[in-house]
Amino acid sequence: MEDMLFYDRMQFAFTITFHYLFPQLTMGLSLLIVVFKGQYLYTKDNRYNDAAKFWMKIFSINFVMGVVTGIPLEFQFGTNWAKFSELTGGIIGQTLAMEGMFSFFLESSFLGLFLFGEKLLGQKLHFLTGFLVFLGSWASGLLIIATHSWMQYPVGYEILENGKFVLNNFSALFSNPWLWPSYIHNQLASVVTASFVVGGVGAFYLLNNQHSKFGKLFLKTGVITGLISSLLVAFPTGDWTAKNVVKYQPITFAAMEGIFETEDGGSEIIIIGQPDIQNKKLDNKIAIPNILSFLTYQNWNREIKGLNEFDEKNHPTNISGLYYAYHIMVGLGTIFIALMGFAMLQLLRKKLYKTKLILWAIIFMIPFPYIANTAGWYTAELGRQPWLVYNLLRTADGISPTVSSGNTLFTLLGFIGLYLLLGLLFLIVIGKIIYKGPHIEKQ
Amino acid sequence: MEIFWYIIVVVMLAVYMILDGYDFGAGIVHLFIAKTEKEKKAIRNAIGPFWDANEVWLIAVGGVLFFAFPTLYAASFSGFYLPLIMILWLLIFRAIGLELRGQIHNLIWESIWDKAFGIASLLLALFFGIALGNIVRGVNLGMVENGVSTQEAHFFFLPLWNPSFSPYAEHLGIIDWFTVLLGIIGVISLTIHGANWIIFKTDSTLNKLLKSIIFKLNFVLVALVIISVSIWHIINPKPFHNFIDHPWIWIFPFITFTGLLGLFKVKSFRKDGYGFIFSSLFLFGGFTTTVASIFPNILPSTNAVNPSLTVYNVAADQYGLSVGAKWFIISAVLVVVYTIIIHKVFKGKMDNIKYGEH
Ligand code: HDD
Ligand code: HEM
Ligand code: HEM
Repeated sequence: MEDMLFYDRMQFAFTITFHYLFPQLTMGLSLLIVVFKGQYLYTKDNRYNDAAKFWMKIFSINFVMGVVTGIPLEFQFGTNWAKFSELTGGIIGQTLAMEGMFSFFLESSFLGLFLFGEKLLGQKLHFLTGFLVFLGSWASGLLIIATHSWMQYPVGYEILENGKFVLNNFSALFSNPWLWPSYIHNQLASVVTASFVVGGVGAFYLLNNQHSKFGKLFLKTGVITGLISSLLVAFPTGDWTAKNVVKYQPITFAAMEGIFETEDGGSEIIIIGQPDIQNKKLDNKIAIPNILSFLTYQNWNREIKGLNEFDEKNHPTNISGLYYAYHIMVGLGTIFIALMGFAMLQLLRKKLYKTKLILWAIIFMIPFPYIANTAGWYTAELGRQPWLVYNLLRTADGISPTVSSGNTLFTLLGFIGLYLLLGLLFLIVIGKIIYKGPHIEKQ
Repeated sequence: MEIFWYIIVVVMLAVYMILDGYDFGAGIVHLFIAKTEKEKKAIRNAIGPFWDANEVWLIAVGGVLFFAFPTLYAASFSGFYLPLIMILWLLIFRAIGLELRGQIHNLIWESIWDKAFGIASLLLALFFGIALGNIVRGVNLGMVENGVSTQEAHFFFLPLWNPSFSPYAEHLGIIDWFTVLLGIIGVISLTIHGANWIIFKTDSTLNKLLKSIIFKLNFVLVALVIISVSIWHIINPKPFHNFIDHPWIWIFPFITFTGLLGLFKVKSFRKDGYGFIFSSLFLFGGFTTTVASIFPNILPSTNAVNPSLTVYNVAADQYGLSVGAKWFIISAVLVVVYTIIIHKVFKGKMDNIKYGEH
């Protein structure tokens, strides 16, 4: 039983972490492509159209990766989490089915038109198809996060005698207080990823003295959207989500922040430190007094409960992992703001394209929004443990009763091998497209 | 409400078979029949802008099954664990075979992805046929051993095969001679179907050859269908009782035979799309006939201890099903609109679009 649970969790964690590397770029990039295409319609400057077309190529390959790695997730609810699906399918199945019907059809139908239909459709309609692809991908983000929010903070349900969860209020799924802050935060974070990718490719062209015209355009766009989205990710949306956690999952919040003891007269904010779970304390800590109480409650002296006040059997199962995930996300978020802020300053002073240090830094930072996004999801998911549906259904009670651990390990290894291959191919192909650069259409 | 959702699921599955089915069939033709680069390219063009939207039908039907029939979803997905995961792997190979091939011009690269696309399509067609076979044959629900359930009444697990390959062995496997028979029917009918699509959407030099292949394969298909119908009663003790109780469902076998007969005239059709219509009729009829023959069962039980899974004992509660119906109807209308739009824009022959080239 123990190792069945372990492999089921590993497989889900591995496959979803890999999946989310792609949709975050899909969602962010679809917005930037719409922006490029819109600028083209507005200015009639071909450079923008070429830029949109260039990013579409990358988008389409990234999209396919998202599709093929997304289908296993939906299947896994049934294959590996059968008990969970049986008990809650009547509720979370709603939002998942809506995702398929409303967003995936929209996205995949119009993507074909957007990729192959420019000549057939004319520019205005072509812009419209691009916009619909964007809408589809953001709708899919909304519906998946609505599903996820229900697991974090279940609403609109009733539990029958046989343990089944049944829906009794459909609209509650969408007015869930967990949903909107989480959704907006997450979408902005996907724009951060896309901004660093677009800006990073621009910086690469400039440093390499290649396609400089596009290099400047990409870098400028990346820096502008990157600064805006990094700021909004931290404040107000990061703040909103953190407040939800304090309110609805105080024990998770204590673990995220690394607070073991409740402090009288306001909690400190921990910048650095290593949790020592055995002795229930934090080693090597650097902290600033009272800030955390202020950030959470706008009150310097308000008390925040520490982990030691809660029953140990409801503690998150991986406190150190949760603590690091959260601190990595927030730490990186701070660095993004600093870097993009500095780049913006140079842009305004018209020195950006020559400041090599920033160009190098932006290229070097391309992987980090991916890390921050992943860390954010680990914060959310490790924080939910040991619950599958918060406070109602334990993770251990959700797995498929008949699938033995040997079978799960077999498929897990298969996924690992296959995804390593996919990742490698993806990098090769994308690298080639980036190296070749945008294709310049004659007037 | 259960019946409403049951019909939705069946129709969506049939649409999925018809749409993604032609992609699989095209893949099989690509693997065995297309020889020159030009022929292969025509095939990829014929399915390029569509396969992704077609695959969404699978995702969508998965979602609908999940919320309308959660118990069925949970029981069957965990019970058919291994083949389902393998289907996922094959779908991955099919997709990257199509999408990555054109990205790098190198003979080795191209031939690897050609094979990946073709072989994955072939195996997918086989697996889906086998899956249908498993549903007709039923499974050991509750994993009964010596008259006692070892699991909750609706859960089960099947290995890929057991050494006897027999559909009525004590310990069943997913692959046995009966399910393989349906798997082969799947491969042949989808090959015909995919060939029809290629004829419809391209002016390829292959088209003439494909017509004669369809004509020949159709004899094989008819023979296999006759064999499977005549042994159906070994697998399912009362195969025709629904047809006796509700004579109107004879419409489904009738559709199947219309499809089969129509296909014999493939060489003399005036319009290239006709063949595709008939093979779609065959697929639709074949699938609906099969599910109608076991209704209201969805997954029959092979033991006497636990009851079969039926439309009624696996559905979600009424409130969920009825709010679901509201948004579903809206979304279904939208899907129809999108489908019409893309097929309008990409109407006619598609030899000259630039699919997968950069
Ligand atoms: C570029 C990525 C990125 C960056 C820089 C940040 N976040 Fe974040 N965060 C995410 C990407 C992300 C995410 C991946 O999008 C998550 C996972 C779940 C979700 O909805 O968004 C998330 C979740 C998440 C959660 C957990 C919510 C839960 O338990 O469900 C909190 C409390 C925060 N964020 C707070 C912050 C704060 C205070 C930040 C200050 C800088 C911050 N995030 C920066
Ligand atoms: C893309 C972002 C996501 C990432 C990176 C992510 C990551 C993870 C990780 C690391 C785990 C394992 C936790 C553990 O076992 O300790 C997990 C579990 C799980 N997550 Fe997520 N998750 C994401 C989004 C979602 C969403 C949107 C849903 C729901 C629709 C979801 C549902 C689940 C389920 C059902 C499990 C298995 C049960 C469990 O271990 O709690 N996840 N996820
Ligand atoms: C348990 C969690 C998840 C499941 C079951 C899931 C399921 C899927 C499926 C089936 C696809 C293929 C869609 C197609 O054919 O077009 C897909 C793609 C996609 N997913 Fe996920 N997904 C999960 C997590 C996430 C998360 C956390 C997000 C973002 C918030 C997300 C956003 C997307 C988007 C935008 C796509 C479109 C394809 C792409 O962007 O590459 N998914 N997902």
